[in-house]
Amino acid sequence: MNYECGCDPKLKIHCDNVSKTFIQKGNQEVPVIRNVSLDVMENEFLVVCGPGQCGKSTLLKIIAGLEIPDTGFVTLDGQPITGPGPDRGMVFQSYMLFAWKTVRDNVELGLKLRNVPANERHEIAQHYIDMVGLQGFENHYPHQLSGGMKQRVGIARAYANAPTVMLLDEPFGQLDAQTRMFMQKETARIWEQEKRTVIFVTNNIDEALFLADRIVLMEGKLPGTVKTEYVVDLPRPRDHISEALLKLRKEITDNTELVL
Amino acid sequence: MAYQKVEVKKPLPLIVLPYISVIAFFGLWEMAVRTGFIPDTLLAAPSTVVQTFVDKLSNINPDGATLGQHAWTSIQEAFIGYGLSLLVGIPLGLFMGWFKVVEGLCRPIFELIRPIPPIAWIPLTVFWFGIGLTGKVFIIWIAGIVPCVINSWVGVRMTNPTLIQMARTYGASDWQIFKQLCIPSALPMVFGALQLALTYCWTNLVGAELLAADSGLGYLITMGGRVARPDIIVLGMICVGISGAIIGFIIDEIEKKLLAGIRR
Repeated sequence: MNYECGCDPKLKIHCDNVSKTFIQKGNQEVPVIRNVSLDVMENEFLVVCGPGQCGKSTLLKIIAGLEIPDTGFVTLDGQPITGPGPDRGMVFQSYMLFAWKTVRDNVELGLKLRNVPANERHEIAQHYIDMVGLQGFENHYPHQLSGGMKQRVGIARAYANAPTVMLLDEPFGQLDAQTRMFMQKETARIWEQEKRTVIFVTNNIDEALFLADRIVLMEGKLPGTVKTEYVVDLPRPRDHISEALLKLRKEITDNTELVL
Repeated sequence: MAYQKVEVKKPLPLIVLPYISVIAFFGLWEMAVRTGFIPDTLLAAPSTVVQTFVDKLSNINPDGATLGQHAWTSIQEAFIGYGLSLLVGIPLGLFMGWFKVVEGLCRPIFELIRPIPPIAWIPLTVFWFGIGLTGKVFIIWIAGIVPCVINSWVGVRMTNPTLIQMARTYGASDWQIFKQLCIPSALPMVFGALQLALTYCWTNLVGAELLAADSGLGYLITMGGRVARPDIIVLGMICVGISGAIIGFIIDEIEKKLLAGIRR
């Protein structure tokens, strides 16, 4: 279960020269990402950081198998990705819960789709509901929860499906600043507790620094390209305003013309 | 989250206003006929209509059936036709919304039939089924099926596309997405269709009975015209209005119960 980080990292995801162009109405071509190559190691926490409209969400959707790249390819454990699959769990910015289902039923979604027997399903769901700190809310409906709690449901749902890769698409973008920081701490805690390969997309450099093993910075105009990367070799749990973190933040800000 | 219901007291004039307008309406109507301002050959006074109502409860003259029998005919036809239109229209609309093959097959024919007013089918239905129950049920079915198909179809089409993507990342099949995501998402629109279709059905039923029938509330109105009895005409119209309102109210209640059940 517990891999020591750093020793013999195994390649998990490999993006090879991925490009994607969307065709808008009027046959207007909008190149979204161009020639993105990226390696993600097993159990690495990778943050893809860039301003809005830089193609980072599209990159994530390609890894999820929801979009097919025009050129290049993506492999997972050496196998090319051809579509979505339960080996990758996705967490969406706008939560995407079933409004007519309880917290438990939402968390059980993936298991139910794969016909996992009911008692096993309940057990797994309960484990992850506890993990995200929602015990006591199992029978609540999404509209009875705050934004932060809804996203916990989204995270528990993704984990319950036992993916080896977690894809998070600006998961805290709709939360207020305080809840957002709290959710970052929770995310770090959960990741330490149950190690997974994580690709986390955000436009917030502080969030990236707090969470990442490695940050990939993307350029702020279309088509998006990888500008540079930073390894964040800081001990966990981290502090948003620790000297080491702020020093790295300044270094990143000084080395890029991006407004972060 | 439970919110405490706050009772807002309406000022007294606002409470009595609707009653005043209703009383004034019928009062003026009664006066206009009584004083001869409107001749009683053109319009019956409310009091006369009430007399006719009491009389028609047991008297089958001059149109061959009591009021209760007419109402029963209409309600029977309406409910069979309405039920059939829901039974066919809602599944058809749901399937058309999700499965491109069904949409491709059914849409052209549906679009051809849709703009034809259901009443225009009457001459054909008289050929096919005569003037009995079946023909009317057919007309009502045609009338009710249009809103059922459109609402269910649009309801499915309005399913949040990101929710569909989410379901795909969990490995959901097309059929699973349709069943577990599209149908629940479409339900509010489908419930909207229940009311809409009922209104269409009821309106077209009376229209059909006006033209081809041997009993029913629409037939009562036609017969009132043939025997020059404005009181029967007005009585028929009021009955159509009141029964339509009652049925609408019942459907509304059923809809609320169903929605509450689904939310739970």
